[in-house]
Amino acid sequence: MSSITLPAGEDKPVYYEIDEHPHPEGHSTLLGFWIYLMSDCLIFAILFACYAVLGGNFAAGPGPKDLFDLNLIALNTAMLLFSSLTYGLAMIAMQNRNLRHVQMWLAVTGLFGAAFLAIELYEFSHLIHIGATPQRSAFLSAFFTLVGTHGLHVTFGLIWLVTLIVQLGRHGLNPANQRRVACLSLFWHFLDVIWIGVFTFVYLMGML
Amino acid sequence: MSGILTRTRLPLGIAATCLLPLLGGCNMVVLDPAGDVAQQQGDLVVISTLLMLIIIVPVMALTGYFAWKYRAANEAATYKPDWDHSTQLELAIWAIPLLIIICLGAVTWVGTHLLDPYRPLARTAPGQAVTEKDKPLEVQAVALNWKWLFIYPEQGIATVNELAVPEGRPLRFRISSSSVMNSFYVPAMAGQIYAMPGMETKLHAVFNETGNYEGFSANYSGAGFSNMRFAARSMTAKGFDLWVAKARAEGQTLDRATYLKLERPSEKEPVRRYASVERDLFDRIVNMCAEPGKMCMHDMMAIDARGGMGLAGLHNVRQLAYDKHAARGTGDTASDRYIAENCTNPELLSASLARIEDRVIDLSTLTGAGLNRPGGPLFRKRQTSTKSPELTQAGTTDPVS
Amino acid sequence: MSTDAIPSTSAAEPTFLLGKLSWNSLPHDPIVLSTMVVVIIGGVGLLALVTRYKLWGYLWKEWFTTVDHKKIGIMYMILGLVMFLRGFADAIMMRLQQVMAFGGSEGYLNAHHYDQIFTAHGVIMIFFVAMPFITGLMNYVVPLQIGARDVSFPFLNNFSFWMTTSGAVLTMASLFVGEFAATGWLAYPPLSGIAYSPSVGVDYYIWALQIAGVGTTLSGINLIVTILKMRAPGMGLMKMPVFTWTSLCANILIVASFPVLTAVLALLTLDRYVGTNFFTNDFGGSSMMYVNLIWIWGHPEVYILILPLFGVFSEVTSTFSGKKLFGYTSMVYATVVITILSYVVWLHHFFTMGSGASVNSFFGITTMVISIPTGAKLFNWLFTMYRGRIRYELPMMWTVAFMLTFTIGGMTGVLLAVPPADFVLHNSLFLIAHFHNVIIGGVLFGIFAAINYWWPKAFGFKLDKFWGKVSFWCWVPGFWVAFAPLYVLGLMGVTRRMRVFDDPSLQIWFAIAAVGAFMIAAGIAAMLIQFAVSIWKREALAETTGDPWNGRTLEWATSSPPADYNFAFTPRIHALDAWYDMKAAGVEHPAEGYKDIHMPSNTGAGVILAGISTVAGFALVWHIWWLAGLSMVGLIGAAIAHTFNYKRDFHIPASQVAATEAARLRQLQAAGA
Repeated sequence: MSSITLPAGEDKPVYYEIDEHPHPEGHSTLLGFWIYLMSDCLIFAILFACYAVLGGNFAAGPGPKDLFDLNLIALNTAMLLFSSLTYGLAMIAMQNRNLRHVQMWLAVTGLFGAAFLAIELYEFSHLIHIGATPQRSAFLSAFFTLVGTHGLHVTFGLIWLVTLIVQLGRHGLNPANQRRVACLSLFWHFLDVIWIGVFTFVYLMGML
Repeated sequence: MSGILTRTRLPLGIAATCLLPLLGGCNMVVLDPAGDVAQQQGDLVVISTLLMLIIIVPVMALTGYFAWKYRAANEAATYKPDWDHSTQLELAIWAIPLLIIICLGAVTWVGTHLLDPYRPLARTAPGQAVTEKDKPLEVQAVALNWKWLFIYPEQGIATVNELAVPEGRPLRFRISSSSVMNSFYVPAMAGQIYAMPGMETKLHAVFNETGNYEGFSANYSGAGFSNMRFAARSMTAKGFDLWVAKARAEGQTLDRATYLKLERPSEKEPVRRYASVERDLFDRIVNMCAEPGKMCMHDMMAIDARGGMGLAGLHNVRQLAYDKHAARGTGDTASDRYIAENCTNPELLSASLARIEDRVIDLSTLTGAGLNRPGGPLFRKRQTSTKSPELTQAGTTDPVS
Repeated sequence: MSTDAIPSTSAAEPTFLLGKLSWNSLPHDPIVLSTMVVVIIGGVGLLALVTRYKLWGYLWKEWFTTVDHKKIGIMYMILGLVMFLRGFADAIMMRLQQVMAFGGSEGYLNAHHYDQIFTAHGVIMIFFVAMPFITGLMNYVVPLQIGARDVSFPFLNNFSFWMTTSGAVLTMASLFVGEFAATGWLAYPPLSGIAYSPSVGVDYYIWALQIAGVGTTLSGINLIVTILKMRAPGMGLMKMPVFTWTSLCANILIVASFPVLTAVLALLTLDRYVGTNFFTNDFGGSSMMYVNLIWIWGHPEVYILILPLFGVFSEVTSTFSGKKLFGYTSMVYATVVITILSYVVWLHHFFTMGSGASVNSFFGITTMVISIPTGAKLFNWLFTMYRGRIRYELPMMWTVAFMLTFTIGGMTGVLLAVPPADFVLHNSLFLIAHFHNVIIGGVLFGIFAAINYWWPKAFGFKLDKFWGKVSFWCWVPGFWVAFAPLYVLGLMGVTRRMRVFDDPSLQIWFAIAAVGAFMIAAGIAAMLIQFAVSIWKREALAETTGDPWNGRTLEWATSSPPADYNFAFTPRIHALDAWYDMKAAGVEHPAEGYKDIHMPSNTGAGVILAGISTVAGFALVWHIWWLAGLSMVGLIGAAIAHTFNYKRDFHIPASQVAATEAARLRQLQAAGA
């Protein structure tokens, strides 16, 4: 046999781990979650691409300038950015092992998220009310789908958030819950990043 | 050579020998077509295959040889269980395929550009360059469910399921479809190109022999697809003139109303000829406005390029609906879900048009480089006039109701 | 003019309770009706047998709820095999139709039926045969090869399997309730839009693929993390077995391409259900975008299928040649290069769309470039055989057959990458012959090699060699008899998906192809007999050493079948061929000092979630909105309930491990004596 590398300082190579330390449970959860986020990111990439392709196809209907209200969107963006900030505070509280603060900041995050959703729903209902429905043009289809998919993610984030607050209440900051808080944090910030993209490419560039 | 090889090869060899007469008898139209373009494409098939055989044959031979020589029973063969690397060999196995791919890549680059279906023919046959005198014959081909419509603008005639062309004259096809994606393919003449609704593709080709050939859709398009065939007839120039005269004598006219009836799904349509064709019918088909009261797509795109029609255009859907709610020719094109309101008000329409006049937003849609979205040339033409006739008409005509 | 070709719009108004579902949704066609009766009788018989022998508890506890990667792997293989029989039945029906429908004959299938059959054949063979087979193989083998006790996310693994099954169930349901898509396997719009495909076929297609796609993506994530995080100590990336490497690349491709499929199908769903304008002709939609997007998924998918099998061939060649794999490093780099390049070739599937010469040339040449690393792999196998001692066991026979077959398929593939050549061969039967040449010659032959190779590991006995050879000698020549005529027909300008033909001179070729299809049928039958005979004679074929082929990688270091925990002691890796290395060093497995082993617990959550997904899919297909809403709520509720389960693991006590290992040692000694 050729390539047996002998560990330094031992005369006989070890072939079995007699005294092994098992992998801690959930040691690869964060990596897995990152990879999931990247796959989700790809879905958004496709939706952005669709918007880039179809965004100019108004089908002789209204375009972004006719429909969007930047003030409202700025408010909406602020809500989501604040929610990311408060989530960060929840993470700091978790590092300080302060369960109550974690729950409180998560709740605040949830409220900001809910406000974001409410504003988005208001915008959608307004558009649909005046007849700017997703059926009207490819531009509107792409717009509603891109923004709506983001909104759907926020909705699932909120459901997760509420579940987590309850679970924290039951089991405290055990390793499993810490992992979950960290994963949701990744998810929440990820949605924030996506929204920055939406805000820039859809709203700002559409209005300018 | 050897056992395992002969064992696998022998039946195949026998089969091949038996099939040889069959192969000779069958008509490999792709390799032996009647048109110069298809001939060059077929030649490229052969050249590429030969280039690749330079490596494929040795690999298959070596596989057979090694498989036999190093069988476990052959104890005489060298056995080197730890031999797993050889820099020279590694270099060779990466470099040789690379060299072949470089050759093939060069052939591909040149061949693809020379045989680009959008490129007007440079020659009609080997050594026979196209000159100023050889004005190409334009044929507009439309894939309908499930038949082909050919319009000859120069002759002013049209046919269904019959494509007749003069031998030796360059042909210029403008191709579209009324409903779903098809592919226009006459193997004896030239390679295929998709026929897509609301879009126009082009094909340049020539026939170098007279004869009757077959054309068909090479992209599945629904239930009647199998019978979506047409006769492709290559004639002498004189024969073609006679054929045109015969078509003219049959007397029917293909106007928009006739077209809309023709467009309805049907199979196994017999050959039909029209003595005259309504002007701009093909453009209207490509722009999805053969129906009265529909806004042409180039107008829609012109409006979109200027930022849309604003809120005034919101309910303006009847004149845009083409086949979103029902297949072409099977029902009302507009759904009851939508109401036509503002679109019928010409003043409002022109008001909003005036309003968008000064907006210039270039959101050119992502299309293939060679692909001409409808309204390419037309669109440019129309941009000069402030009010297009179609638009006015679309605005004033009360749709279906 | 015949009117029967006009797509039939469903006559009945949808009801609240049943949506579009009505008595008319059940089959009327005698062929489908009799199939349905046979399937129902068979199904009821199977259920009765399971009940009669009181197997429900066993199946539920040991299989359905299992999180053991080995059992999940086996279940994937069973799913693939069952669906393979369905997909092959479709193939035989197509061959019969095409050989009959000449000279004015309409054959025995009408367009409505035939179009569904070729669509279902494609969808089933790719999504529910090839994918379960390769996922099953990776699931079974990868953790063993890297010396792990399970995958990173065992529950997710179970859930992924059931989601894939759920998609398969929906596809099968479409056979008897309603209909399947009649659009071709990629469902190009506008044909797949609501206007041209108003019935439920495309909806079945969409929801089956969406649900199965969730499973596939999650299983991809799972295996990437497993490979990156759970390798035994000492196993650096460049000491990973080649099969693990190719699995890693295939799973990266899965995670980086299936979301595209998810997105594009979601957009098609919106077009059909909501009336959006992504791929419509009017209102500014672009059907070309669908074609681009679906192939951005579709081309990497091809490599997802073939890459793991390249790994299988590497393992098999090296093992049966009794040699180290030639050029391991270049093999790994070739795999990585293929992985990356597979993303920049998608446009070669539609050169004929008119993208212009420069774009076409670019994609044509990138496609050809992929053949360089692929060729390098082939040479590496060749030089692994060189100066080896090749034992012609079944896996090696399949490998040699692969090398000879796949070479031709690769050549015709490169040929099709030359755009002007593609203009005359696109969508022709030449193309069909090409991709069956690589998928059967590459993927299926690889799977057969893998099944014959790892079967003893999974079940503790070898597969019967005689019936295996019968199967081999039916399959390999059968493949050529079935598909060589299609190459010829393609050169004769015959296009794909045709139901009837005019030119009588074509018929002989279709007849030859049909003979080939029946040879393949004989091959499949022989394979099923091989399984049955082997199970029957399992005592005689028993394999007690755990290492029947003188293997080189870690899975052969365990018993056959491996214990639940795979390895009582995690091995430490010093060389590429870890087990070969251990054998050469004469390493003895420690016989004492066992510890408690930490293991994941079984859970029924996967079955429940996937079951609800199936109901949701069915409700959405038929527009039964109340049921769809209810099942969506149920799905979220069940998922949340699952997260409240914090006790997901247990320990196998050291005493039990000791007993298991002692039994194995006795067996080994008996075998050695």
